[in-house]
Amino acid sequence: MKKAGIIMILGSLLLLGLFKFPLWNIMLGAPQYPDPMGMNIYITGIEGVNEFDIQNIDGLNHYIGMKKIPKPEEMWEFEVFPIVIGSMAALGVIIGILGFFGKLSYKWFLAWLILMSVLGILGMYDFNNWLTEYGTDLDPNAIMKMTNLDGSPMSYKPPLFGHEKMLNFDVDSWPHTGAYMLFAGMALSLVAFFVGKKEWKNQ
Amino acid sequence: MKNSILFIFSLFLSASFFSCDNSENSKNGDRGALASSAAEKTYVAPGEHDEFYAFISGGYSGNLTVYGLPSGRMFKEIPVFSQFPTSGYGYSEETKPMLNTSHGFIPWDDSHHPDISQTEGKLDGRWIFINGNNTPRIAKIDLKTFETTEIIEVPNSAGNHSSSFVTENTEYVVAGTRFSVPVPQQDMPINEYKGKFKGALSFISVAPETGRMNIKFQLIMPGFDYDLSHPGRGKSHGWFFFTTYNTEEANTLLEVNASQNDKDFIAAVNWKKIEEYVNNGGGTMMPADYAHNVYSHETHTATSTMKKEVLTVDPTEVPGAVFLLPTPKSPHGCDVDPSGEYIIGNGKLSADLTIHSFTKMIDAIENERFDGDAYGIPILNFEDVLAGTVKQAGLGPLHTEFDGKGNAYTTFFISSELVKWNVETQEVIDRQPNYYSVGHVMIPGGNSAHPFGKYAVSMNKITKDRYLPTGPELEHSAQLFDISGDKMELLLDFPTHGEPHYAAGIPAEIIKGNSQKIYKLDENKHEYAAISPADARVERDGNEVHIYMTMIRSHFTPDNIEGIKVGDKVYFHITNHEQDFDVPHGFAMIGANNAELLIMPGQTKTLTWEPKKVGVWPFYCTDFCSALHQEMQGYIRVSPPNSNIDLSWSLGED
Repeated sequence: MKKAGIIMILGSLLLLGLFKFPLWNIMLGAPQYPDPMGMNIYITGIEGVNEFDIQNIDGLNHYIGMKKIPKPEEMWEFEVFPIVIGSMAALGVIIGILGFFGKLSYKWFLAWLILMSVLGILGMYDFNNWLTEYGTDLDPNAIMKMTNLDGSPMSYKPPLFGHEKMLNFDVDSWPHTGAYMLFAGMALSLVAFFVGKKEWKNQ
Repeated sequence: MKNSILFIFSLFLSASFFSCDNSENSKNGDRGALASSAAEKTYVAPGEHDEFYAFISGGYSGNLTVYGLPSGRMFKEIPVFSQFPTSGYGYSEETKPMLNTSHGFIPWDDSHHPDISQTEGKLDGRWIFINGNNTPRIAKIDLKTFETTEIIEVPNSAGNHSSSFVTENTEYVVAGTRFSVPVPQQDMPINEYKGKFKGALSFISVAPETGRMNIKFQLIMPGFDYDLSHPGRGKSHGWFFFTTYNTEEANTLLEVNASQNDKDFIAAVNWKKIEEYVNNGGGTMMPADYAHNVYSHETHTATSTMKKEVLTVDPTEVPGAVFLLPTPKSPHGCDVDPSGEYIIGNGKLSADLTIHSFTKMIDAIENERFDGDAYGIPILNFEDVLAGTVKQAGLGPLHTEFDGKGNAYTTFFISSELVKWNVETQEVIDRQPNYYSVGHVMIPGGNSAHPFGKYAVSMNKITKDRYLPTGPELEHSAQLFDISGDKMELLLDFPTHGEPHYAAGIPAEIIKGNSQKIYKLDENKHEYAAISPADARVERDGNEVHIYMTMIRSHFTPDNIEGIKVGDKVYFHITNHEQDFDVPHGFAMIGANNAELLIMPGQTKTLTWEPKKVGVWPFYCTDFCSALHQEMQGYIRVSPPNSNIDLSWSLGED
């Protein structure tokens, strides 16, 4: 399973891209923001796309009573996510090496993918929970208390995927480079599974 | 008297001679947008940007205005030599030193000839210089922030008019005196002018990295009026040319007495030779008194230093450095073509243009073909240096610019037209009427080896009926011509602020990417800045009270202050904590005897206020900064002088 092992190792290593590139990106454009502001969400914390975006988003959000965008130390996720991703990358590499030498069945590749998918879904679930909390847990003394037509308080939860119009802002939320590298890595582990299956049978 | 009457008569004669030509053109010119696609050519769609910046001097406004071409839209008025209550320039504690001079604080000047810095004869767009004509000064404006960052006073000068033109690599920005004066100044009879008054031509070095200005030397010339100047370039790099009038050295009724000589001079100055001379210890250090004012974008504060001496050079002490080129009829503009070969003398009392050849001038100098001297400065033979004459081109030529394609464009004040002619053949190609009485013309890159010959802007002295009437006082009018074809085409009229004396244009691409959006708060080194809201406080020092205040949408910190007394001098040191593009905040205090402050993101400014009445007095933000702008306000309690209320300050407390 030489080929499959190498593919598995490469796929796992792609996860490390998450330490360098953002997982997710949310952009906020408005009539008076022709150059939209944005946040890049890394597994280690949230950063502005431009130097002062976080400060400026917080500045605007204070009108509608939103909390400030959390610093890395304010969310356990930014400690746990790097450990999970680092561990999964290491695990994948080990599985790949053992597979390369024929010490492990190709089914381990699939097992890794399933584990990664479960963790990924949990991560997305958690991320969505945070977005919901961020967008709905508002200061009761907010300067502007906006309501929907039915009188319920307006939510400012950014979309998980895609575009949404929120007051004067156009919000776009999409996976970023880190996420694409993660997806590619997961896809490679699936390729490794099929290639390994073929190689295993040919042995 | 007889002479001048004859002269005026001849002007009328010549005017009628040219008028046939004019009337035909004016029909086409007047139709403007209807005649062609002029509207399309000047239309810059909403949200689109202009192709060129035009920096148009404000003349007696003392400032510099920024326009876009081809739209003619005005973007900014940059305060330079005049107090500007809009931003607090010249009123704030930080900027008051910018207007300091050896005569004390001067709140106004007459700004004339902007010129953009160059590298290797090309516009580099780092700085723009402009001269204050009345109390002689040269200012430098930073083209990253579009703010005035340096002003240097020019001693021994008066009517700083043949200024502020830069050499090919911005080695020098040059300032020549229009009015000769006693050097050094002294109490003496005015009618002893002749031979005793001097004209100082100042070469101000510009540090290549910082742009810092320093008067390297002053050339002390005979007592003529040095009217305008331009640098040599290319082959003539290292020379500077100055037109003169009043070579008669009259001190009264110059209108007549300074118009007697058939020819005045263009003074050709080999500044490289003089630079070498002073670098080797030449020249005489002379006591002088002049201010050097520098503004720092780090401290957001200007400092003013009084300088005590200046290096002067006697032109007769540096053989081969200065020559006089006879030039007819009180030449005004002194313009050098992009190749550096032709020096054009715009003889303003004439119908002709005189073109001198640099090559012929050097040849005459080398062969020492002189026709006497003036105060020891060799005069060259007119015929020896003359390249040609543009005959009967118009009446009253003032200024010439070049398109980089071998054509020159000269303004004619009296016949009110812009005339295009070929530099080599000296033939007139086209003429277009101007509305009315054009002064300067500007082609972007006009004072450089590489003009951008697409548009010409003429700046007219008389407006009359061009716009809706606004009473007796009118803004001046500029006109935009498309000069890309053989014929010039009038595209647009647009009003200009103050009285433009020249302008400088540059392709927007060269500078727009460098334009700064904010000042970074963490780089703010202002002595009295409050970098965090926690730094906001009030301190008393005798009867001086310093309020360290911050502003961010949509509140001041602090916004309630007590313990101020009548007789105090209150300093509001206000820092704008925004770090977002185009979110300034203003500050206005009821009863302040100065101005408002307009504070850019990350910037600190200081306004003083001397409360005269007991009471509770509000202050507020003057810039509609946000939806809660109207809430951006605060109160100061002012108690009687003898009260013992402690200083206190707060935000959001009851």
